[in-house]
Amino acid sequence: MKKLLLASAAGALLAGAASAEEIKLGVILGFTGPIESLTPSMADGAELAMKEVSDSGKLLGGSTVASVRADSTCVDAAAASAAAERLITSEGVKGIMGADCSGVTGAILNNVAVANGVVMVSPSATSPGLSHANNEDNGLFFRTAPSDARQGVVMTEVLMEEGIKEVAVTYTNNDYGKGLADSFQAAFEAAGGSVTINAAHEDGKADYSAEVGALASAGGDRLVVAGYVDQGGSGIVRAAIDSGAFDTFHFPDGMISNKLQENFGDEIEGSTGQHPGTDSPGAAKFSELVGDSFDATSPFTPESYDAAALILLAMQAAGSSDPAAYKEKIMDVANAPGEQIFPGELGKALDILAGGGDIDYVGATAVELIGSGESAGNYRQIVIDGGEIATAKYR
Amino acid sequence: MDFLNAIVALSNFVLIPAIAYGSQLALGALGVTLIYGILRFSNFAHGDTMAFGAMLAVLITWLLQSMGVSFGPLPTALLALPFAILGTMVLVLLTDRVVYRFYREQKAKPVILVIVSMGVMFIMNGLVRFIIGPNDQRFSDGERFIISVREFKAMTGLKEGLAIKTTQGITVVVAVICVALLFWYLNRTRTGKSMRAYSDNEDLALLSGINPERVVMYTWLIVAALATTAGVLYGLDKSFKPFVYFQLLLPIFASAIVGGLGSPLGAIAGGFVIAFSEVTITYAWKKVLKYMLPESLEPSSLVQLLSTDYKFAVSFVILIVVLLFKPTGLFKGKSV
Repeated sequence: MKKLLLASAAGALLAGAASAEEIKLGVILGFTGPIESLTPSMADGAELAMKEVSDSGKLLGGSTVASVRADSTCVDAAAASAAAERLITSEGVKGIMGADCSGVTGAILNNVAVANGVVMVSPSATSPGLSHANNEDNGLFFRTAPSDARQGVVMTEVLMEEGIKEVAVTYTNNDYGKGLADSFQAAFEAAGGSVTINAAHEDGKADYSAEVGALASAGGDRLVVAGYVDQGGSGIVRAAIDSGAFDTFHFPDGMISNKLQENFGDEIEGSTGQHPGTDSPGAAKFSELVGDSFDATSPFTPESYDAAALILLAMQAAGSSDPAAYKEKIMDVANAPGEQIFPGELGKALDILAGGGDIDYVGATAVELIGSGESAGNYRQIVIDGGEIATAKYR
Repeated sequence: MDFLNAIVALSNFVLIPAIAYGSQLALGALGVTLIYGILRFSNFAHGDTMAFGAMLAVLITWLLQSMGVSFGPLPTALLALPFAILGTMVLVLLTDRVVYRFYREQKAKPVILVIVSMGVMFIMNGLVRFIIGPNDQRFSDGERFIISVREFKAMTGLKEGLAIKTTQGITVVVAVICVALLFWYLNRTRTGKSMRAYSDNEDLALLSGINPERVVMYTWLIVAALATTAGVLYGLDKSFKPFVYFQLLLPIFASAIVGGLGSPLGAIAGGFVIAFSEVTITYAWKKVLKYMLPESLEPSSLVQLLSTDYKFAVSFVILIVVLLFKPTGLFKGKSV
């Protein structure tokens, strides 16, 4: 608190006249490459936050923010590192909103950002490998997207609350399924549960009786199906119901859609599940703010807005645009206590921070940073009730 | 009681699925083996002939359903089956006339015919996707179960349940009827005997005045009926998806080769050998053993020889073993 007071006092002092500057932020996303269709609106989202802050004229005594875009390519680590190097050394950016894909994000962080001491806030890198528990990143890396490992933890909490201690797990045989099943098994066993079997299934087969035979033999109170509803996941559930192997199931995000309800209805009564979702009003406010200028619902676009906003608010809280100073403040502005800040209220937040107050940035995606600075993510817990998917609660 | 539970669990997860799967493989393998015996090549288009027949059955079933026709507790697809068989017969006779006859007149080597059949396979593959699309189609209706798990448990009071799906019952009954008809035809009728004669020794058969084109035509007609029946039964029991039939080609060929190519009896035995090995080797025996063994010997692991991912590998291993040690198969077919 003392630090905060000092910082804001310093900020107030600096707010004289001479300190107003043009702060450059790097926006490094894969403008070419596999996710090139998503990145334009992600960049627009980030730049919207910068514009909002610049227009308010309240950042660090009237500083303005300029965005400098660079291409991460999503896949080419060398090209992404070179682009980031250019942003930092020749453009002199004070922070980086990015990168997008997990691989290039790790490369930029290790090769460029840590070496130069620049803060990175990624809106979309979800690999569990980027959770830096031992401060390998010098506290420079944050993300507004949850780690893939997070769903395993949420899933464990749901099942534990239901009083289920023993489950069988089957996953679709790819990176998504395997990653989710493994992170769930680790979390579930750490919480005192036991996983009787963790078996893969291939998508696109007609017959899953052999797979279900093995699952049934291993037993368990519930079957966790980490698959796809329009692929093998439904086949597994069908075979399990037909052979009486399991009555209730637990479904992660890939399984939850209207198709599930259509295929099984009340045959899976009492089954549970969770998928990313929030009832926070932030998302609606963000759409309203964006209007028609770009697609506000495109994946990771709200996260991009939040990422840029967090950097700027942290600068205000630290009273400095120096990454070494404001990196400490990102967690403070993102989490409680303080006044909740939604999209479009960045000016108000800057005022509160300048006055030495506390904010809890909620933003477009209900940001809550945990661990070493990554989003906790928001999940909608569902239950099959009367043959329909019903919301149990949000967590 | 524990003994009964063990038997029920074993039937539910191993015996019944394997018997149904084995019947479907046997019907498929019979078609492959007939073509090999009489036309003397491995017909790679067989899986997609099954897909084509099943697709016709799906379309006709939908038509019948929209007209309000149903078959009581049995699936409507059984009513559609004869029409689908007719359609498939037209298709295979057409391919024979347009493609295979040319190579037969050239006296092409079997390996060339194999390659030709792969070309036909890709065309049929595309044709089916073009008409019905690559997705899953459900066309089963009527009663789903002969006996469901819940009914069985209530009836017997056992801890383990047993489910027999209507489609599994139908598969076995229809397969038995088909095989009986086929053997009666091959052994008792004049055309059947001429087919066998042609298969045993082509030159001798020609000398004794058997018309080869006629034999070939009857073979194709029988193969079309078998393929369509196998395809429809598989689609009813599992689900209809064009790609799945392409994948079925491996276990079907394995069945035919294990039994001995060209031997109808071998094809049936081979179908069941492959089905039972696939299911039993990938089954986790923990549950059954827990009932059978005294508590002190209870297994802590799953007692699963191979993970279910390796199901198809089982067919390959059996295939290799048979080809190495008994290339003519169990029932002394032709060596490959």
